[in-house]
Parts: sequence; structure tokens; C-alpha cells
Amino acid sequence: MADTTTLTEVVFRIRRFDPTSDAAPRWEDYRLPYTKGMTVLDGLKAVKESQSPTLSWRSSCRMGVCGSCGMFINGRPRLACNTQITELGTSLVSVAPLPNFKTVRDLVPDLTPMFDAHAALHPYIVRADQAEQERPTGEYWQSVHQLEAYLQFSYCIKCGCCMAACPTYATDPVYSGPMPLAQAYRYTADSRDGGFAARKAALAAERGPWKCHFAGECSQVCPKGVDPARAIQLMKRALVLDYLRLWKQPCPAKLATVPAGIKRREGIPEAPAPTIEKMVT
Amino acid sequence: MRDQRLWTWHVGAGAVILVLLGLHMTVMHLDAFVRVFNATAEEPIAWSNVFARAQSTFFLVSYVLLLGAALFHGFYGLRTIVFELNPGDGLKKAVNGALVAAGLALFLFGTWAAWASFEFARVNG
Amino acid sequence: MIESKGRPNRLGIVGWLGGGRWGLERYLYTLHRVTGLGLLLYFVLHIVVTSSRAVGADLEARKAWWEWAMGNVSGGMFVAGEYLVFAAFAFHALNGIRLGLVELGIGIGRPIEPVYPYRTSVHEQRPLAIAVMVLAAIVALAGGYGFLH
Repeated sequence: MADTTTLTEVVFRIRRFDPTSDAAPRWEDYRLPYTKGMTVLDGLKAVKESQSPTLSWRSSCRMGVCGSCGMFINGRPRLACNTQITELGTSLVSVAPLPNFKTVRDLVPDLTPMFDAHAALHPYIVRADQAEQERPTGEYWQSVHQLEAYLQFSYCIKCGCCMAACPTYATDPVYSGPMPLAQAYRYTADSRDGGFAARKAALAAERGPWKCHFAGECSQVCPKGVDPARAIQLMKRALVLDYLRLWKQPCPAKLATVPAGIKRREGIPEAPAPTIEKMVT
Repeated sequence: MRDQRLWTWHVGAGAVILVLLGLHMTVMHLDAFVRVFNATAEEPIAWSNVFARAQSTFFLVSYVLLLGAALFHGFYGLRTIVFELNPGDGLKKAVNGALVAAGLALFLFGTWAAWASFEFARVNG
Repeated sequence: MIESKGRPNRLGIVGWLGGGRWGLERYLYTLHRVTGLGLLLYFVLHIVVTSSRAVGADLEARKAWWEWAMGNVSGGMFVAGEYLVFAAFAFHALNGIRLGLVELGIGIGRPIEPVYPYRTSVHEQRPLAIAVMVLAAIVALAGGYGFLH
């Protein structure tokens, strides 16, 4: 970590690119006074306010939960809002748009291929009981252990840092990438889901996890600890076991209904009358 | 569907190669520590030892298995590397065809060599 | 499919070499590719060279063919190259064991609720990766001893 007592100034080296006027991207340096607790996002805002009003990037929540501000900062994909300048260990902060995505302008990547790959793998609960999906009447049974099987992978904020770090995605745009594959596993491992057959059509073929060779960079850079590498290896395991006919898809979780003939326990008071009118759907 | 099958066989072939190539490397290069399947006192690649191994059914079977497994494993790996460079559809088909043809040709050639030397060694040994 | 816009920004093959992020497993991945290609190239030549044991009308002729072929590949450069092949095999086989286990979900730990600092599957399998490299070095050295004598 850089010494905060002596750091007074930082230099932001930002890769600029305006498609309306530039033939190619160029690097530009901006000097900024350092203030304690300054993040890379704070620095970008200071540059825009005081030196270059045309600087463009995506950001929203500024607290590491929306996934908008993924950028290539000092050689590593990170969230700009989550990256303290002092953790970079240098006063030179180099900021470039996320690699492996086309650059729309300045620090704005075009993430549509990632979202297309994500959508192609049915990232939602797929069940046979469509009526219940449209108009839910109750909850599904799911134990704590069943929740643990996929909870980690549900923390994904779709920031794209894992895609930027993946060596396979660096050369091969057909590969689905860590985020879509991890999300495909998140739903496969969810006991409420019955959609393995639906996803298998894509996963067993070219869009599947077969081009992952466990370089592990996706998990190293994930800002939320989602560990997409783990999800992808577990997805491979499920698909191989399925090919060897050793894997049975578990029955999707049943609807939690109150059993008939249950008596109320003594001493428990009734609920008070509702004070809000029931919505008519 | 193909990739799911091909990858599973790739890993399976790797396991087969681990055993058989491990044995082959031990016979050929680790003779200073463990001397196996080297009947005479000469070097592992001396004709006397090669001829002695050629008479063995075990070696015929394991060489052919190793040949098949290693060709599949290696060519699938090469295919993976080439396909990750994102060639066009036509080139993908051409690469698939070329690798299958080359793999089959080398397998048939290697099997012929193993069988021919086995047969000859059995008669003349 | 929504149309993708903007200037291309892929890392390309440089991305296989690390692109600025120096994780151990990424180096192992790159080395696994390089050794695999080297082994494949050697293997194809090896099939052709060793087929010389099957050529010849009688025992003396076969021995002569074999010894001619071996004589052609016994020079200093060939021996050095063969040692590299052995070392490549040592690495590729042992790293292959690690990959075979890890890619089938063994040794990477169960999904857990992520609590910072995150302990990922990469950390879980790190002892296996170290063990594999040490074993590969031992096997490569053992083979080197054989080559020198």
C-alpha cells in the first residue's frame, strides 16, 4: 500500500477514445490532488469536473453493488468505486476500458455480447408448472443446505470483470465466458429449477464450459467473491456425469402447502384483522 | 452435444496415457532407478531390448492403446487451441476433417508397425 | 441478438500470457499448452521414427534399419531435445492430474457464502498445484540423471 501520509498528488493516465473524432485510442495524463480515502471513481469525477468535461464512463451506486464501473485499472479488471488509490501501491493510476469488449467511448465497454450469452443460457428458474410461475400461490420448499449449493453464485453483479480477465475470452468471442456459465450453474444447482434439459442444448455444445482450462483469473478478479471458476468446474462435473448417465436431475422443489387437518397450537393468538385492502389482480 | 462427449473422452484418454506413457517413460528413461522390461543389460533403445518387447502381447496391446489415446488426446487439444483463435465456419470444418484424417492415418500406420514387429518377433524370436 | 457497437478491444493471444495479471494458475495454463504442443509434435515424429523396427526382410535387416534410425537421432541436439520432451511430459502429466481432478470439481471446495477476504477455488487447490510442480521437478530431475548417464 502507498504511504498515505506522504501521498499528496496522483496522476490518472486514462485511455481516451471519441469515435466521432479519434482514429485510435490515446493515453492522457491528469494530475489530481490526493485526498484520504480517494477511490478511482472519485478521481474520474474530479477529472471530469475540473479538467476534461468530455470524459465518459459508467457508474451508479458508488458502493460496489451495481456492477456498472468495471474498468481495467493498473493492469487488472476492477470496480472503480471499490478501488482505493492507496491499494494500488503507486501514485500513477492507469485506467482503461474493460478488455475483451468493444469500446463505445473512453471507458465505456459494450457489454451486449456478455448479456446475449447470458440470456442464451436461460438464467431464470425453468419449471413445468407455468401457471404457478405466472401467479404464485405459495413458496417452494428449500433447505439451508440446498440454498448453500448455489447462494455464492447468486451474488454476481454482472460487472464483466471476470470476462475481461478470462484468457479464453481474450481470443474467442464464441466462448460464453465466466459470468454466463457461472449463472447457468447457479440455476442448475438451484433445487427449485427443472431446466437442465433446456440449458443442456447450449451447454453440451460449443457455448459450454469446455474451453475453460482453469486459469482461475475470473475468480481472482471477481469483486463479490462469486468464484465463477468453481461454478464452471462444477458445471463440467454435472455435464460429464450426465453423459455417463450417473447424474440424475433432482426433482424440482415442491410447493410448500399447509397440510390438511392441522390444528392450531394452544396459546398462539390469532393474527389481527388486515388494515390494508387486498389488491385485486 | 459433441463437445460434452469429446471432452469426457479427452479426460478419459488422459488417464489412460498417464498409466501407459508413465510406464513407457519408466522403461525408457528411468532405467537408472527402476529397471523394468529391459531384458538385456544394454540400453533400453538397443535392438535386443526392442526386439524382446516386440514379442510381448502385453506391449502390443498397450502400445496400440497408448497410440490411440495419445492421438485422440493430442489432436483434441490442438483442435481446442485452434478453435479458440476463432476461425470461420469453413475453416473449422476443414480443421476437423484434417485432424480426423491425420489421426486415423497415424493410428493405422502405428498399429501396422506394432503388429508387424510383433508377428515377426514371434516367428523369429 | 442485439448488435454490438464500438471499437474492438480484445486482448488476443497476449491474453493467454497474462495481460498484466500474474496468477500462478494462469502461468500453469500457458505452460500446459506449450508443453502439449511440443509433445504432440514430438509424438508424430516418434511414430514415424520408431516404425523403422517393422521394416526389413530378415532379422539382420530389421536390426540394421532400427540402428540406422536410432543413429540419425542420437546427436547432441537430439538428446537435448529428447530431454526437453521428458521434462515437458513430467510437467504436462502431473499438471494434467491436477486439471483432471479440479475440472471435475474435486479439490476446489464447496460453494460457501462469500465473506471478504474471499477464499476462492483457486486458493483451495493451491496446495495441489504446488505439490504437482514439486513432483514434476523431481521426475524431471530423475530423468535428467538418466540422460546424463
